[in-house]
Amino acid sequence: MEEKKNKTGEAKLMKGNEALAEAAIRADIDGYFGYPITPQSEILEYLEREVPKRHGLVLQAESEIASINMIYGAAGAGARVMTSSSGPGISLMQEGLSYIASAQLPCLVVNIVRGGPGLGTIQPSQGDYFQAVKGGGHGDYHLIVLAPASVQEMADFVFEGFRLAEKYRNPAMILSDGALGQMMEKVIQPEEGSLPKIKTPWATTGKTKDRDHNIITSLFIKPEEMESVNLQLQEKYRKIEKDEVRFEEIKTDDANIILVAFGLSSRICQKTVDLGREKGIKIGLLRPITLYPYPYKRLNELADQVEFMMSVEMNAGQMVEDVRLAVEGKVPVHFTGRMGGMIPSPDDVLHEIESILDKQNVLQD
Amino acid sequence: MSIERPSTLDFPADAEGMEMVYCRPIETLTDTPFHYCPGCGHSVVHRVLMEVVAELNIQDKTIGVAPVGCSVFAYNYMNIDMQEAAHGRASAVATGIKRVLPDRYVFSYQGDGDLAAIGTAETIHTVNRGENILMVFINNGIYGMTGGQMAPTTLPGQVTTTSPYGRDVKKVGHPIKIADLLIQLPGAHYVTRQAVHNPNAVRKLKKAFEKSFQYQKEGKGTCFVEVVSNCPSGWRMTPVESIKYLEETMFPAYPLGDLKVPEKV
Repeated sequence: MEEKKNKTGEAKLMKGNEALAEAAIRADIDGYFGYPITPQSEILEYLEREVPKRHGLVLQAESEIASINMIYGAAGAGARVMTSSSGPGISLMQEGLSYIASAQLPCLVVNIVRGGPGLGTIQPSQGDYFQAVKGGGHGDYHLIVLAPASVQEMADFVFEGFRLAEKYRNPAMILSDGALGQMMEKVIQPEEGSLPKIKTPWATTGKTKDRDHNIITSLFIKPEEMESVNLQLQEKYRKIEKDEVRFEEIKTDDANIILVAFGLSSRICQKTVDLGREKGIKIGLLRPITLYPYPYKRLNELADQVEFMMSVEMNAGQMVEDVRLAVEGKVPVHFTGRMGGMIPSPDDVLHEIESILDKQNVLQD
Repeated sequence: MSIERPSTLDFPADAEGMEMVYCRPIETLTDTPFHYCPGCGHSVVHRVLMEVVAELNIQDKTIGVAPVGCSVFAYNYMNIDMQEAAHGRASAVATGIKRVLPDRYVFSYQGDGDLAAIGTAETIHTVNRGENILMVFINNGIYGMTGGQMAPTTLPGQVTTTSPYGRDVKKVGHPIKIADLLIQLPGAHYVTRQAVHNPNAVRKLKKAFEKSFQYQKEGKGTCFVEVVSNCPSGWRMTPVESIKYLEETMFPAYPLGDLKVPEKV
């Protein structure tokens, strides 16, 4: 990806959460507002430790509700700001995210997902997929959602998230999970200061004589006006869907079975691809990097060459709905996954594929 | 009331030879007519606040945060940069603004439901951090915008649409005196309770705003200005009756005056 050009320095062994926090400082954030919650507290801890020595601002708020509204205020004032949390805290932020999306403010929100619903578990999960990509709060809006699959991407996507958020004046989310947050891998950090600040003539910085007063609001009480704001948002989303879809393909060229998985699940599936091919099963993997916008088009194309697809997720089957939408019934789309903080193994996934193939063979016999 | 003519204002063309004794702060108030009900205190508070911003010549350094409530459209009238916050979150939004623009003057403008019910946590923690902002708190004991429901500050026995037999303190508790709570916090620098029911009260409110901006300039901490105001529509009263109700019923429950003043050095 583009960031690689800007990378400097040695590869360093870092925890996912800390790599992300370090990247935030390097991305010159003006402010981070957050509240502790496992498994992402290292982000706040790292920033509280490092920011005073370097630059920017970090503030521990009294709740995730306060954090996201501080983000609203600071983003509205033209600052580059971010927050992070995990499932329950992200749920508390949904009202604020809806306001931020409506007021068209750029910001970055990180969700280090844990198993739910409810207080759930602190173990990794992908159960917040629907919440992240389908809106989450009230009204018609989207976050731009990036799904890292390595500690390297935990760092890189901070830059990419801000770049997209600021380009479209739209909140962006990094949808990660507790495993990626906690695990240590080699990471080469993006170069500090390599993300230029955007101009924010719309920001509330104090009304000067040469301009009208700037208003940050999500209130458009006249239905005609509210509809026109909605149309503007939808136009923006269409543009994002056209220009910003990102995905990675692994051994899809000759594949007749395609696994679809994001984040940690895609790491698992990568191994399944190899295990399957050792047995002569031609498996390929499509890993969506952006979950919104989603690679519908590419999946639809791939559907023409395969027998079936399988969505592999650490939840009860959420993204599988988007895979089915993408393939438009051309081929069967199966699902396998674990829930509640459990992680499927590469063998589990291969076993699922083999049992589908067995059933097909029985039918053919 | 004779006010000093703001330096930024010009006399109207037809005013030649006449002495200016009264004018609106045309720089800091837009031409949009107030939508508030006849007799409501909001427009007076808006005006006094914007008068102070004009006279201190800080329009280009002042950012306001409007709440959810009757004053949700405050930004239509105040000709300064403003943000509209989610219900109860104005002080968190103001915190975000102030933290990234520490040299600006930031205020939140909130009603009783917003500040003392749904936003209580944000209110207390903003003050506890000693956030260097002004919080303007309009206490009229009722939810005005939604049509006159019981507020956290509704008085015992007071009839509203959701306390049709009068506020029953056994069921819903006593009115919360949030300013009295806030003075316990070291972050609260200046806490005062004012009103706008007569010219003298308006003059005192103006002084309170002036002091608050001065303290903010000096980085002293949170200034909290409560305005015990009226809601003729929500109270089902004429404006005149509502003033009488303020004097006879609201002020005894919410006594006017300073609750916390900075220690003299």
